[in-house]
Amino acid sequence: MPVVTYISHDGAINEIEVASGTSVMQGAVDNMIDGIVAECGGSCSCATCHCYVDEAWLDKVPAASEMEKDMLECVLEPEDNSRLSCQITVTDELDGLVVKLPPSQF
Amino acid sequence: MTEPCCIVVGASHAGGQLAVSLRQQGWEGRILVIGDEPFLPYNRPPLSKTFLSGEKHIEDLLIRPEAQYEKVGIDFLLGQRVTAIDRNNKTVTLSKGETFAYDKLALTTGARVRPLAIAGSELKGVLYLRDISDVEHIRQFIGKGKKAVIVGGGYIGLETAAMLRKLGLQVTVLEAAERILKRVTAPQVSEFYTRVHREEGVQLETGVEIQGFVGQDRVEQVQCGDGTVYPADLVIIGIGVIPNTELAQAAGLAVENGIKVNDFCQTSDPDITAAGDCTNHFNGFYQRNLRLESVQNAMEQAKVAAAALCDKPIQYNALPWFWSEQYDIKLQIAGLSTDYDDLVIRGDHSDGRKFSAFYLKQGRVIAVDAINSPQDFMFGKQIITQKLLVDKVSLSDPGVSLKDFLKK
Ligand SMILES: Cc1cc2nc3c(=O)[nH]c(=O)nc-3n(C[C@H](O)[C@H](O)[C@H](O)COP(=O)(O)OP(=O)(O)OC[C@H]3O[C@@H](n4cnc5c(N)ncnc54)[C@H](O)[C@@H]3O)c2cc1C
Ligand code: FES
Repeated sequence: MPVVTYISHDGAINEIEVASGTSVMQGAVDNMIDGIVAECGGSCSCATCHCYVDEAWLDKVPAASEMEKDMLECVLEPEDNSRLSCQITVTDELDGLVVKLPPSQF
Repeated sequence: MTEPCCIVVGASHAGGQLAVSLRQQGWEGRILVIGDEPFLPYNRPPLSKTFLSGEKHIEDLLIRPEAQYEKVGIDFLLGQRVTAIDRNNKTVTLSKGETFAYDKLALTTGARVRPLAIAGSELKGVLYLRDISDVEHIRQFIGKGKKAVIVGGGYIGLETAAMLRKLGLQVTVLEAAERILKRVTAPQVSEFYTRVHREEGVQLETGVEIQGFVGQDRVEQVQCGDGTVYPADLVIIGIGVIPNTELAQAAGLAVENGIKVNDFCQTSDPDITAAGDCTNHFNGFYQRNLRLESVQNAMEQAKVAAAALCDKPIQYNALPWFWSEQYDIKLQIAGLSTDYDDLVIRGDHSDGRKFSAFYLKQGRVIAVDAINSPQDFMFGKQIITQKLLVDKVSLSDPGVSLKDFLKK
């Protein structure tokens, strides 16, 4: 199973097996990583699943939709590598993916 | 001595989150979640969206997989109903008579559909939409070209109408009020959704008084007060919900359109908290008592309730928000618009499928309905919580960035 590494804002590192086909957000929620809130359960409506994709992985992660890009411009501390983690589906190609979590989702 | 036990009644958005938050907050005793549905907590919003259409399956709906609850030691008793709470002896009784002792108790019993008790409502094919079993029921009656009548033009009814159109049914929406979404939106937003549903081929009628359902052994017709008859292969009733408060009431807890909770989600018994659709709280932002029906509120109150049970109280303080998906339209709502005294439309509601409605009270934004306008929702939320006085002309101009309104 692909492994995703979640690095919390306080530096805590969680390496988690996430099944192909599920989202990076779901991997965090399933494992109770509290840096991801995910109020809308993955329907790209809440932007409380914001993460920063490690630079090394940026070109391997499919691009964001217009909706997602619009939402990302309004999150706390947006960066060029900001993504909504519910919109990234884990695949075998993403095995090893590293995401960093922001200080707050609100 | 046995370890302390916290029992959670109701295994849905609020119950599941509450159990997880208890662990996160450091509860070391047993956690037992009792729910009368046969499923682990699942996401309810997709029921009228991607689950109804068949895009998503039951496994996809689960909020967390079983193994994860096992890992952190959360026990579930599913398909079982709690019928009584004995606060003196601190026990709950299940329908089969079994009792369980609790040290702390959390009520997350949610809400059930409001029944429409009229002639013929017991006929086969007259259905509701609240849980997985309802959708499975609906599935037996749908198919291309079949005729569906939706009773009630609220969000759930309209989402269902949109999905059934997509599945190729002929859909009629019958609303009792003079416009759909009357309770929750401005006339302009109702107008917008009326136009969209008609563009998508839905027959939408307002001011309709339904008299009864007629059929041999299954529904065939919907009869209205003015004599109009709508042929129907299935009817879905979506006229709101009723909070499940009977259990709390019988136990002597304070109940008033929901189980009364304070800022810490505690009921009138300090060992019992409540969270989600079943509660009624005083909202500091809107300065009145509210019973909210949203996933966000269920999750937020669950976290607050868990903290109180762990003696680490945090105050509930969240701006309500909600979303709805119909056709290619995503609606995001921040705040509550009741009592607004002014409205600003940003964009054009009479053409296309993108605009926002800002609800103002005494010059300040109290709510926004953002239609395919995620930035208006995101910045709108901040404009509401910062209680800014806004310039209506700039607010109505999509060319002016809402970011400029915000305090730095
Ligand atoms: C079709 C549909 C679409 C929706 N779409 C959205 C949306 O887009 N966005 C949004 O924010 N919200 C939406 N909602 C609302 C949202 O689902 C609810 O606000 C949310 O489910 C509330 O969670 P809850 O845990 O408080 O209550 P519920 O989900 O109602 O769960 C309560 C649970 O407790 C059980 N229970 C009750 N009494 C007992 C008892 N005595 N013993 C054992 N178990 C008991 C019930 O059977 C139920 O399983 C939608 C709801 C529906 C039905
Ligand atoms: S979970 Fe809500 S936008 Fe990702």
